This record gives sequence, structure tokens and C-alpha cells, in this order.
Amino acid sequence: MTARIGVVTFPGTLDDRDASRAVRLAGAEAVPLWHNDADLKEVDAIVLPGGFSYGDYLRAGAIARFAPIMDKVVDAAHGGMPVLGICNGFQVLTEVHLLPGSMIKNEHLHFICRDQVLRVENAETAWTAEYREGEEIVIPLKNQDGQYVADEKTLDMLEAEGRVAFRYVGWNPNGSRRDIAGITNERGNVVGLMPHPEHAVEAGFGPDSRESGRTGVDGLAFFTSAIKNLLATA
Amino acid sequence: MATILVHVMPKPEILDPQGKAVGAALPRLGFDGIAQVRQGKRFELTVDGEVTDAVLADVRTAAETLLSNPVIEDVVEVTVMAEEHA
Repeated sequence: MTARIGVVTFPGTLDDRDASRAVRLAGAEAVPLWHNDADLKEVDAIVLPGGFSYGDYLRAGAIARFAPIMDKVVDAAHGGMPVLGICNGFQVLTEVHLLPGSMIKNEHLHFICRDQVLRVENAETAWTAEYREGEEIVIPLKNQDGQYVADEKTLDMLEAEGRVAFRYVGWNPNGSRRDIAGITNERGNVVGLMPHPEHAVEAGFGPDSRESGRTGVDGLAFFTSAIKNLLATA
Repeated sequence: MATILVHVMPKPEILDPQGKAVGAALPRLGFDGIAQVRQGKRFELTVDGEVTDAVLADVRTAAETLLSNPVIEDVVEVTVMAEEHA
């Protein structure tokens, strides 16, 4: 069985091609999903990729959450389907209340683009099972509205339940509360993060690794984790 | 035709990076004595017909579901714009 992983395209999505490529490199079939179709095309998992859906008008992700496909995504997520939101996709997941909190403008107001070190805090989600807890990975970060905020009660709850999936290491690039780079839902099937694992899946195009330039593929395990999860539950 | 104003502001406890940047720029232009700036959004919703309580209630719901995100923002005001300004 080849896992089918859907990649949603909204108007203004930028990284759908890269996300699809990451899905294929990990060994699954990438299925394009269109924002205006309320049809998940029998996929086994879903990626909401990065970009600027609807130009980030109103708030990042605020309009995309009302796209016809999102009702289906929400239903599927509640049913346990693995859903990954990357950057703008993470913003959509918070706007649609699949994940708590929200993202506001980076504290320093600059767009930021850099290779970022993250620590995997929860290696038991559908998208992180192929990592080790505490493992440090390097994947690109590029955004304007990346400052994760939530009230103290929510942050304490996320910490207590082990739902902080990733934390920034070395430097907090956007002022995110408690250095949070990504979180998961209670069940562990929905994960959202600001950095871009799909840009670190193939030697020659990824971040620099310890060995040599542009060879970092630390993002690939997001996708292999989901595939393994699907095969295990099939 | 009438116009309903909706004002949305970042929650007081949420840092407002844009307001902070504007606040930092003011003294550079010689505007001294402004202690703090917070930046929000103003929406003008023009409706057909009269603004009834039901219309206002609808707009309030829209303000709380689409126009603002309750995690980071408050709807601080929903008012009908005075005729002479509309």
C-alpha cells in the first residue's frame, strides 16, 4: 500500500509544490487538494503548506479557514487523520481552532529567513515519531507573522500535556512564548509549526549540515513519520 | 443604506509589535510625550436597508468570528456611523 498524502492549495499558497515533493521523496503519493473542493479524494493524511493564503488579508490564515475544503479537513482531523500545518498552514490550524493559540507579527517586525535549530520535544505525534525526544534538527524558517502567543493558562496546559512539539534552540527568532516553534493537539494527529520541514528533504537543496553545505535533510522524518503511522494503523 | 463601524484591537496583554514600531517612530519626527501606541483595525460594513437589532446582532457575530480572533484581539466597539459621515 502506498500512503496518499493530500496537499492543500489555497489562493496564495507558495509551498504546495515543495510539500508534494517532500511527500514523494518520503515514499508516499502526493495528492493535490484544491481549497474550493469539499473533497479529500480519499487521502490518508493532509498537509496544509506555507505561503500567504488570501494575501494574509485580515489575519494570516483567517480567510483560508472558511474555505470549503477546511470543513472536511476539520472533520478528518477530529476523526484522527494526521494533519500537518506548516507556517501559513499552522496559522490556518489555529484560526480553525484545531490547535490553540495564534501567531502575531514577529517581535522585531522583520521578515526572517534562516536555517533554524529546533528541539523535538514530543516524538510521539503522527508527524514526529521518527525523531527522538530531545533530538535537535535544522530546518528553514521564513515568515513575518511567526510569534506564537497564547494565554498563560493555555501555555501551562500545553506544557503539562507534553503538547509543545518543537522549541527554538539557541535563539528565539520571533518572540514566541516559551520558545515554542510547534505544537500538537491532544491526540497527537494534528501538528503545526512555523519552520518548514519540506525545505529540508533532499541533499543539494536543504540547509547546511555538519558534514557539508546544503545537505541537511532533517525535515524528511516528518513525512516518513506520517507514512509509518498510516501503515501501522492500516 | 447605513454603515456599521467595527473596531478591533489587539488584547491589552498581547504585545502589539506594529504599535510599538509606530510609537518608536513618533519621537523621531518630533512628536514627543506619547507614552504608548496600540494599533487596531476599523471595519466599515455598509448594509442595505435599516440597521435593526437583528442586523447589529449579526454584525457582532461576524465581528467575533471573522473580523477578530478572540485569542489575540477584542471587538471593542460596534456602532452605527452617523448619517452625515456616511
